[in-house]
Amino acid sequence: MNRFKEEAMRAVFFIAACVSILAVVTICVFMFANGIPAMAEIGVFDFLLGTEWRPGNDIYGIFPMIVGSIYVTAGALIIGVPIGVLCAVFMAKFCPDKVYKFVKPAVDLLAGIPSIVYGFFGLVVIVPMIRNIFGVSGKGVLTASILLGIMILPTIISVTEASLRAVPESYYEGALALGASHEESVFFTVVPAAKSGITAGVILGVGRAIGEAMAVNMVAGNQPIIPDSILSGVRTLTANVVLEMGYAADLHREALIATAVVLFVFILIINMLFALVKRKGDK
Amino acid sequence: MTKSLQAWKLCLKRPKSLLLRCLVMLSAIITIFVLLYIIGYILIKGIPNLKPELFAWEYNKDNVSMMPAIINTITMTFMSLLFAVPVGIASAIYLVEYAKRGNKVVPIIRLTTETLSGIPSIVYGLFGYLMFNLTFKWGYTMLSGALTLAVMILPLIMRTTEEALLAVPDTYREGSFGLGAGRLRTIFKVVLPSAVPGILSGVILGIGRIVGETAALIYTAGTVAGIPNSLMDSGRTLSVHMYALLSEGLYTEQAHATAVVLLVLVLVINYCSSLAAKKLGVKK
Repeated sequence: MNRFKEEAMRAVFFIAACVSILAVVTICVFMFANGIPAMAEIGVFDFLLGTEWRPGNDIYGIFPMIVGSIYVTAGALIIGVPIGVLCAVFMAKFCPDKVYKFVKPAVDLLAGIPSIVYGFFGLVVIVPMIRNIFGVSGKGVLTASILLGIMILPTIISVTEASLRAVPESYYEGALALGASHEESVFFTVVPAAKSGITAGVILGVGRAIGEAMAVNMVAGNQPIIPDSILSGVRTLTANVVLEMGYAADLHREALIATAVVLFVFILIINMLFALVKRKGDK
Repeated sequence: MTKSLQAWKLCLKRPKSLLLRCLVMLSAIITIFVLLYIIGYILIKGIPNLKPELFAWEYNKDNVSMMPAIINTITMTFMSLLFAVPVGIASAIYLVEYAKRGNKVVPIIRLTTETLSGIPSIVYGLFGYLMFNLTFKWGYTMLSGALTLAVMILPLIMRTTEEALLAVPDTYREGSFGLGAGRLRTIFKVVLPSAVPGILSGVILGIGRIVGETAALIYTAGTVAGIPNSLMDSGRTLSVHMYALLSEGLYTEQAHATAVVLLVLVLVINYCSSLAAKKLGVKK
């Protein structure tokens, strides 16, 4: 009886562990099965490289959105990576324990704030700020980049901090013994040694920035055209889905699902890169 | 204190070191400043807008009450946890207590869990919409939202439980085996109880994600403003409520107030999570 119970529960635990495999397979099947027929109907090249998005005329080109997502993500990295990495260096190597007690929960909190609240903050604070400084509408690449830069900070900080702490103390001490200052030791031995961990953090940040939907669609302006300056409006892949899914029908709806499939493929590639970099770092 | 003063003095002799030190400090200050600015702005602008009619039991166009949304948020949280927590804990148990080295399935489970945690919430939302709302023909329902969210927080629960289980010293298990307990009994009577704080801190983090989620819910649970009669009806959580207010563009004041409630919820949730983690005595 006992033996049977042991084996039965073992099977239950195993099945539970397989749920995540099942979930990924189901998500892939549903997304691809619904998105790929639309891509085929529109024409893969017309869909991916078409520069016009006019659902009213059955013209579906998502190239502006792909470019938009890349611009906004790149902008977020330019803002978020330096601040995030340096802040992590501060937390790991410069911060007195007393200050750390405040900084660590602050970073956790930054990660916990819902994206809709970030979007709202962007809408009522950053948009008017950009409008006043540059005299434009305020919604555009720059605004979205600043907001996303803030949103990816906690991701980059926590991954970078962990990888900095994982570097053996002897590296730091060796540099000190050779006459380097505290700062030089940290920046020229510890940080390079944590390179793969930092890269992994940045890749995670890219994933978060490119997949963010609610905050971005509030501050990006959402015009489906390729932006010609950092102040002009932009629409990302995610915003495209959020904005139009509510009322879309037929081919339009399928085109939106196909948009999400493109996003999904981007994310899968990013995840794969992350796994590769991490594995390299573990060796 | 004297130590850090000394460090600064040393820096003054080396301009490069001074520059690096300033940059590092500056970044930390920016990060903290941004957080305080967001919290301060939302509280200062929002608290004056917290009016009693915003908490009326019934929603209508005049009072734009957020009470139904708050109740829906609680329902949604419980339902999602009901699905995600047992599965998450059970799979972590399998990974830590049962899987042997060289098990062929474990790397696949790890890969898929990592993939799941990287998928953006809007993709989850569309997947839930396609599977539950369309294929199962449920339409916009709380249940479909809860299932979608359950898949979304599953990797989080799995990872934190796994860490908590790994933190339980092996001597506990050996002691239990030595007293003649079987594997199952050891897990339920010895390992799980001592891992509870860690698991709890993960579950609370999961609650935080559920409360803050919008994109995965608008196309699964829908945006109906009242309290649904059953789980097979549509209902919106607080975050979706806030999104709806903002996209209608008429209710900025109410949106300010909703932001305060959301932010306070997140603050409390984060505090509880760190409290639970502290109880475990594991430095995060």
